[in-house]
Amino acid sequence: MTTLLNVKDLRAYYGQVQALHGLSFSLNEGSLTTLLGANGAGKTTTLRAICNMVRSTGGIEFDGKPLNHRSTESIVRFGIAHVPQGRGTFTTMTVEENLQLGAITRKDNAGIVSDIERMYAHFPVLKQRHTQQAGTLSGGEQQMLAVARALMLRPRLMLLDEPSFGLAPLVVRDLFGILGKINREDKVSILVVEQNAQLALELADQAYVIETGRIVMSGNAKDIANNEEIRKSYLGY
Amino acid sequence: MELFTNQVLAGIATGAIYACMALAVVMIYQAIDHLNFAQGEMAMFSTFISWQLMQWGVPYWGAFIIALVLSFVGGIAIERILFKPLAKAPILTNVAGFIALYAIINSSAGLIWDFTIKQYPTPFGSSPFLGSQLISTHQAGMIGVTVLLLIALYFFFQYTRIGLAMRAAASVPESARLVGINTSWMIALGWGMASAIGAIAGMLIAPVVFLEPNMMGGVLIYGFAAAVLGGLTSPFGAVVGGFLVGIFENLAGTYIPGVGNELKLPIALALIISVLVVKPAGLFGRHIVKRV
Repeated sequence: MTTLLNVKDLRAYYGQVQALHGLSFSLNEGSLTTLLGANGAGKTTTLRAICNMVRSTGGIEFDGKPLNHRSTESIVRFGIAHVPQGRGTFTTMTVEENLQLGAITRKDNAGIVSDIERMYAHFPVLKQRHTQQAGTLSGGEQQMLAVARALMLRPRLMLLDEPSFGLAPLVVRDLFGILGKINREDKVSILVVEQNAQLALELADQAYVIETGRIVMSGNAKDIANNEEIRKSYLGY
Repeated sequence: MELFTNQVLAGIATGAIYACMALAVVMIYQAIDHLNFAQGEMAMFSTFISWQLMQWGVPYWGAFIIALVLSFVGGIAIERILFKPLAKAPILTNVAGFIALYAIINSSAGLIWDFTIKQYPTPFGSSPFLGSQLISTHQAGMIGVTVLLLIALYFFFQYTRIGLAMRAAASVPESARLVGINTSWMIALGWGMASAIGAIAGMLIAPVVFLEPNMMGGVLIYGFAAAVLGGLTSPFGAVVGGFLVGIFENLAGTYIPGVGNELKLPIALALIISVLVVKPAGLFGRHIVKRV
């Protein structure tokens, strides 16, 4: 298996405050990897550092190419789609415009049109609401839209920041089912940051646990889920 | 009744100019959250450039197009050189930047072309429009050009990818960058377009107010009034506000005793203040909620 994303000794700073203290992990092509950890552990910062949205040092390699010092918008062109915390919806625009924006770096118009139809097949609710302002969608629908918008890039790697946040448990089940399907069928590698450890471990194949800006545990998702000690001390369930 | 119709039509004609200025102001406001106090001076300078070209023998529409292109490039240059470095600076630094730009452009124009008032031609003539005494051909031309411009802008923003990208960059910059939009260049493009729109307004109003370095002062205040009335967050509102202010100004000047021509400008300012008190977001604006 080839390594798609390789992060080495990553340190990130908000002003004078250091949020990540030399964090290293890697993600294999085609895998669904999850980063777990409590509030403030540095999960979101890790994703933001990958897309250069926060000042950081250390090595970030994507498919063998270094990403450091590239602008956020040019990192997207490598095929990395980032669904930020809070979903990043373009609330004043229509659902369909949101999807078009996901593909704004692509030039193949026919492919974009057919991909929009494909997203409507994945997420039928978006088709019903395609002319509606995205800000009027419910939280779950907006999360679907955010995932669909990210897929419009035809990404190789999708970064998801707390997709379950603020959603009803049934909606979260639905969403995670779709993520698994996208990972298996569309061969999109996924790195998902979650507080809902139980659910994330069911979905993922690899898992890393972060505490105060460091990786404290890594391994096969099943092993971690089955290890009661780890569960109790780090994941709280 | 004929006086009323006449005043309304004249109001729509000048309102078209206010609409353009308001739209230019709103475009930059949407992109960088600051009011461009120098918008009028930029428009004045563009108008002088077209006048100079005509003095050199370029026909009207040729000069018009060249001035538009130069204004577009100039707007981008101003953003790149002056305001891009100020993007993260405090609000007052930006205000100082706008005032500096205002003074620099105003006195450069005075230095190059001096402060004497000049005639500016109109391509539409000034005979009665379609034989009617209600409106002149130049006024009709002002309305016509503005309407064409607005339609073109509407199609640009609704149906082109770059228009979509510009709207996205203005509404949620962080998400726009995450889908791969170079938001910094979108801001520059917004400056270029605002500058070109201002140039159109300047060239259309110059035959009425005559060409001189301070010609746009009053016009810009009406433009601000229009933008505030319609809502600084709404380009559509800015345009509607422009026409409303134009009509309101003319009717107030005609029908309210004692207002006349001299007190028209205070009326615009009174309008700004009353809108800010009664409906701070304007007629079509959104309330901006910021997390602290």
